[in-house]
Amino acid sequence: MTDTDDSADAGWFAGGSPAGSEATDDESALRARILDGEADQPRDWPGLAVDSGFAGSSDYYYDRLHEATVAATREAVRERERADDQQLIHAVRAMDDCERTANELAERAAEWAGSLFDDAEPGIEGARAVAEREPDGELERRAVSLAARVVDLAAERDALAETIDRIAPAVAPNLAEMAGPELAARLIALAGGLEPLAKKPSGTVQVLGAEDALFAHLSGRAPSPKHGIIYTHEYVRNTRPEDRGSASRALAGKLTLAARVDHYSGERRETLHEELRERMATIRARAEEGDGSGDGGSDGGGDTDADTEGDA
Amino acid sequence: MTDPDLPAGVERREIDGETRLATSGPPVYGEPTADGWRAWDPGRSKLGGMFELGFETGLSGGEAVLYLGAASGTTVSHVADFAGPTYAVEFAPRPARDLVEAAEPRERLFPLLKDARTPTRYAHVVESDVDAIVQDVATRGQAEVAVRNARFLADDGRLLLAIKARSEDVTAAPETVFESALDRLREAYEILETGRLDRFHEDHLGVVATPKRD
Repeated sequence: MTDTDDSADAGWFAGGSPAGSEATDDESALRARILDGEADQPRDWPGLAVDSGFAGSSDYYYDRLHEATVAATREAVRERERADDQQLIHAVRAMDDCERTANELAERAAEWAGSLFDDAEPGIEGARAVAEREPDGELERRAVSLAARVVDLAAERDALAETIDRIAPAVAPNLAEMAGPELAARLIALAGGLEPLAKKPSGTVQVLGAEDALFAHLSGRAPSPKHGIIYTHEYVRNTRPEDRGSASRALAGKLTLAARVDHYSGERRETLHEELRERMATIRARAEEGDGSGDGGSDGGGDTDADTEGDA
Repeated sequence: MTDPDLPAGVERREIDGETRLATSGPPVYGEPTADGWRAWDPGRSKLGGMFELGFETGLSGGEAVLYLGAASGTTVSHVADFAGPTYAVEFAPRPARDLVEAAEPRERLFPLLKDARTPTRYAHVVESDVDAIVQDVATRGQAEVAVRNARFLADDGRLLLAIKARSEDVTAAPETVFESALDRLREAYEILETGRLDRFHEDHLGVVATPKRD
């Protein structure tokens, strides 16, 4: 991010002023190095720091390291916690727009490139190949340049996904752990925020993202939808079709509780996750028993449903 | 009151009328204390459980430690009390806030907000040849994390790992999960000791290993 020198085998103290010099701006540069720096392999940093004159002794080195890591980590925690649900919504919507636009433009770029070059392939990967060509003449230049925009948009989409991976656990730790960062962000976006999501009944959370099917059902044209966006969750998708209703009901119930804990308390609550895992294990065990009849135990959104074989 | 199997700095002390594992340092999470010694609850700490169950951890006190999955700093604060330089890696910001508080009064505890799955993001801070890696991460791919971090460990160093079966696969039998995790571990480590931590932590396997070098 920052203009740190990215020599891949330099320690966090590279460029720091030597011991005893008046260090003012230095401290924030060192903090930035702690947060953003990288190295392929660890080295004997305390020894190297003493050799380079950064620290007079390894004791002093560790003192500076302590100061820098505590300050850097405190700063990074504050920064991540400042990210709120609205920022997450912007990020997930921007990610979707980037993805959709990249795919659309990729089609256009492929069509154009196909008329100019023999071996143009469709899709983002095709655009990547075209973008690397050496253009000849104005038309080729434009087509290659368009393909380069596609590649940039795809990269932006990936960067946004990484950002979502990082901030979702800060915004909603339980929800992000249970649903995964991306699905957590989508649920928050569909509800319009963490608070609105926390106030929704679990039956609504279950069909968020399936509004078309839901209204078709309400006007009497279709059966009720079993799941909305939570279909993308492994617990629903990888459960056999006849148990998906139970699975999505159980998942939605716990997701709703997770959103409430995140909004009203903010603490991580392990029991919630344990209960869902046990409930899912029970539902999936039905498939192994080989009878589709289920256990008859309807899991009404789940406050106590996991206790059947609980370990309390 | 010193115990030959425990590192220097970890003792069995009388606290609140019970003999308990303890280390000496500022309190962190409201644990019972006596004479500056803080009780180390093996039910809240995988490493504490491993000590209590008599694992040969190879720790004798004062060594350099890389701790992966430090969470709020409950266990790592005890480690820093008896070890030397201790690097604490935690990915989630909320527990990391408490970790920073635990680290502040401990001069040789270094908190890092990093993802243990990508060691290159902290290899510029964590020194090479640490004596021990303690790992307690509750994500899928726990063995993979240990393998990727093997680069930090000294040739005769120790990996002290708690594998949580439910983090890998809730539907599979824990034994199956442990077996496949150990298979992956053996690509980079020689396994010295394994044992279930069930007395303190259900469906967890404690592992002591040392790096395999060519």
